[in-house]
Amino acid sequence: MNKLSEITKASPKDFETDQEVRWCPGCGDYAILKGVQMALANTGSKPENTVFVSGIGCSSRFPYYISTYGFHTIHGRAPGFATGIKLANPDLEVWLVTGDGDGLSIGGNHMLHVLRRNVNIQIMLFNNEIYGLTKGQYSPTSQPGLKTPSTPMGSVDAPLSPCVFALGAGARFVARGIDTSLKELPQTLARAKEHKGASFVEIFQNCIVYNDGVFDEFTTKKTAKDTQIHVKHGEKMLFGKDVPKGLHFNADKMILEVVTIGEDGITEDDILVHDETNRHMAFMLCELEAPDFPVVCGIIYCNPAESYEQSVHYQLEQAKQAKKADFNALLRSGRTWVVE
Amino acid sequence: MSGQTSQETNCNEVTSLDSVVVRFAGDSGDGMQLTGSQFSVATALEGSDLSTFPDFPAEIRAPVGTTFGVSAFQINFGSVEVSTAGDEPDVLVIMNPAALKVNLGNLRNGGMIILDEGAFSAKNLKKAGYESNPLEDDSLSHYDVKRMDITKMTVEAVKEYGLGNKDSLRCKNMWTLGLLLWMFGRKRQPIIDGLEQKFAKKPDIAQANIAALNAGHAFGETAEMSCNLRRYHIDKYKEEPGTYRTVNGNQSLSWGILAGSQLADLQLILGSYPITPASPLLHTLAGLKEFGVITFQAEDEIAAICGAIGASFAGCLGMTTSSGPGIALKTEAIGLAISTELPLIIVDIQRAGPSTGLPTKTEQSDLYQAVWGRNGDAPIVVLSVSNSTDGFEVGIEAVRIATKYMTPVMILSDGYIATASEPWKIPDFNDYEPFPVKFHKETEGFQPFLRDPETLARVWAKPGTPGLMHRIGGIEKDYNSGHISYDADNHQKMTDVRKAKIDNIANDMPLQEVSQGTEGGKLAVVGWGSTYGAIHQAVKRARKDGQDVSHVHLRHIWPLPRNLEDLLKSYDKVIVAEMNAGQLNTLLRSQYLLDTHLLSKVSGQPFKISEITEAIAENLGESA
Repeated sequence: MNKLSEITKASPKDFETDQEVRWCPGCGDYAILKGVQMALANTGSKPENTVFVSGIGCSSRFPYYISTYGFHTIHGRAPGFATGIKLANPDLEVWLVTGDGDGLSIGGNHMLHVLRRNVNIQIMLFNNEIYGLTKGQYSPTSQPGLKTPSTPMGSVDAPLSPCVFALGAGARFVARGIDTSLKELPQTLARAKEHKGASFVEIFQNCIVYNDGVFDEFTTKKTAKDTQIHVKHGEKMLFGKDVPKGLHFNADKMILEVVTIGEDGITEDDILVHDETNRHMAFMLCELEAPDFPVVCGIIYCNPAESYEQSVHYQLEQAKQAKKADFNALLRSGRTWVVE
Repeated sequence: MSGQTSQETNCNEVTSLDSVVVRFAGDSGDGMQLTGSQFSVATALEGSDLSTFPDFPAEIRAPVGTTFGVSAFQINFGSVEVSTAGDEPDVLVIMNPAALKVNLGNLRNGGMIILDEGAFSAKNLKKAGYESNPLEDDSLSHYDVKRMDITKMTVEAVKEYGLGNKDSLRCKNMWTLGLLLWMFGRKRQPIIDGLEQKFAKKPDIAQANIAALNAGHAFGETAEMSCNLRRYHIDKYKEEPGTYRTVNGNQSLSWGILAGSQLADLQLILGSYPITPASPLLHTLAGLKEFGVITFQAEDEIAAICGAIGASFAGCLGMTTSSGPGIALKTEAIGLAISTELPLIIVDIQRAGPSTGLPTKTEQSDLYQAVWGRNGDAPIVVLSVSNSTDGFEVGIEAVRIATKYMTPVMILSDGYIATASEPWKIPDFNDYEPFPVKFHKETEGFQPFLRDPETLARVWAKPGTPGLMHRIGGIEKDYNSGHISYDADNHQKMTDVRKAKIDNIANDMPLQEVSQGTEGGKLAVVGWGSTYGAIHQAVKRARKDGQDVSHVHLRHIWPLPRNLEDLLKSYDKVIVAEMNAGQLNTLLRSQYLLDTHLLSKVSGQPFKISEITEAIAENLGESA
């Protein structure tokens, strides 16, 4: 039996559950679900060795629809649970599903620490710049001025950039994807899984009910080629449908600029080559915003280091080798005396 | 000092005592906790029964010489059973004016004060708020004051080691310890060994401290000759044969829970966040990695418990430790552990509240929080620790219940017993019956909320097991499939079954015993947790005087022991003594419609025996 299951590689369908999916029709989450199931199948994940952990919100219903082990926990706290699971069994493949409210508002603190500790899990943050499940209030990623039931005159909060936050927290893998980009998303997720340590993937996800079209500026098929850039390590950061454009590093100003090849004497040599191990470059790429700049997708930063649970278990092994576990000896450690 | 048998005035005469209470008090920087604990070690090795009470401020280093910077350590030791740190000191050791100001009120009338007159400078008197020097007016005339310039004599004793002034003065506590060891006939060698070990890398400091210790001891011998001081003798306490050690409540509880996890054959994973007075559990377990214990110091109280629940979900034993404010933060997560029916050990080392309250002072005011403090109908098991040694048994019992019934168990201890030490007859771990957990493996008919018909516990299927993939969470689950369910009847059924599961645990718990006295009678004093010692002694004394009073002490707070109602109703009158405004009292009244009487104390200090004694007398008077 064991042999057979090794040969039979799971298909995306094998990761579907018998549960009725309860997201709104047209929700970006459906596409992401498909993308994740493809990524799991493509990378040979085993349902019995995989755990999906989530907090609260629309995105956090995700575990119910994946036929692995799953834990739908409490609002914002999924990183704590995921850390406990990885400490208990480092061999499990753990995915964390969260949203902009769950992961950056109520759970911002935990997101910071799970990233800095570098727990070997994959974090998918579905960013729709709105609270869906509580019916449309603004979120920490909402644009200023957004009118919602809790901001009838428009939001006055400054928004947060999830990827900049992740880099700032010390994340060693930061990537971006788009819900409906089913060609790129599974590849990005596969890299996230391959990365040993905390992998942070922001996924732009359209909320069809409360914030429809919020990312249209750079996600519509018509303009995508001029408004997105899919970076690849070692390749020049070029984009543009008809006109070849690229990112140029202006060293005097320490900024990135959009330049057009062929204009003002610009050649391909002036275009910056993506180095996914360069944290400074990663910060600059994450900060680029439409419409003045293309939105950067793909693997923006990847620079592995030893993961948290690996270090913890290494210390356990060290301690076990140094000292025999003897409970009676423990109880008799220190000063004792005998009553005859 | 009880049991004084010799009133001779001969200087060399050794006075025999049954028990004595000594309180060391000084500035936070004077090393009183170290002095007290070293004196305890020497006392334990001499075979006395003992109970200690470290009483220190929340400030790590308050301004020197102030009253709020006073730190004290009290020890009660004797040849008779000692179960509290003592109501009032017989001997007060005073290192500065502030310590005198704070502690004098508690000293027994006629008690002895040993004080460092070298510290009674005008500056220090002013800092302590004294208008006039108590050594020069008659404010200490009711006491037996032994003045000596400890500061000067210490500096003299350590001169040859060439320490700076500051380091020299830090040896004052060892000088004082040396004197007290002489007074009560305790050996110096174990302390000397300890100093040599502690300062192995700083031999000068070690030798200076030893010199101070010896100088204090020698001072006693000289003073005895001039009749200034005398020695006291305390017989050995007749304990059961065995190997003993001292242990405090946090230690015994850490070890008990680890012992439980070993008996359950589970790896222990602690998620914790530092908080007074619970941090020592984190420190203790962090140092026991050879047992496979993982400690996760999380970013906050919430992440700490979430990590523990995650660990339990993945097939280990999750545990979290905190105090009242931290438990409040963990509340939502506890609800999830209840809803997902995962084993979890939650330790609450209670301190005075509400809010930050008095972090280093004791209280038992988290009982409501433990039993009732969650959203929804969310029952869990609540156990309590009665003294410094009890944590070992309670820890094991908590793990047994948590794993057998797939439920969180909360253990209530408190700041008093957390840091107080008592002698403990060390058990043989091989005498404990293992209760290994059997994880679910059978795929046929599996669903995550499949229950054992007898215990009502759900199956524990851990990730990594082929064929048992399942999803759980905080949304209500269908009784038959474990899937999300919003069905009205199902919610009723699930709420009922969660309650029935916890209620049923009462059938798997020992019957409530009478700790002292008889079943039935005129009066019972009911207690729980760290009030054990004071109630025990008060009831013992009252019974010796022929009074009809018994002591009932609860370990199981929820569910309550199944015979408790009948037992309590067998007394004419029941007093509930607790360090809160009446929480167990309310619980018992609500459960049994019983007209119990409350003896409440919320001063941040443990009960005195005399306070219980008075309540017994008052209540027997009424019912007689």
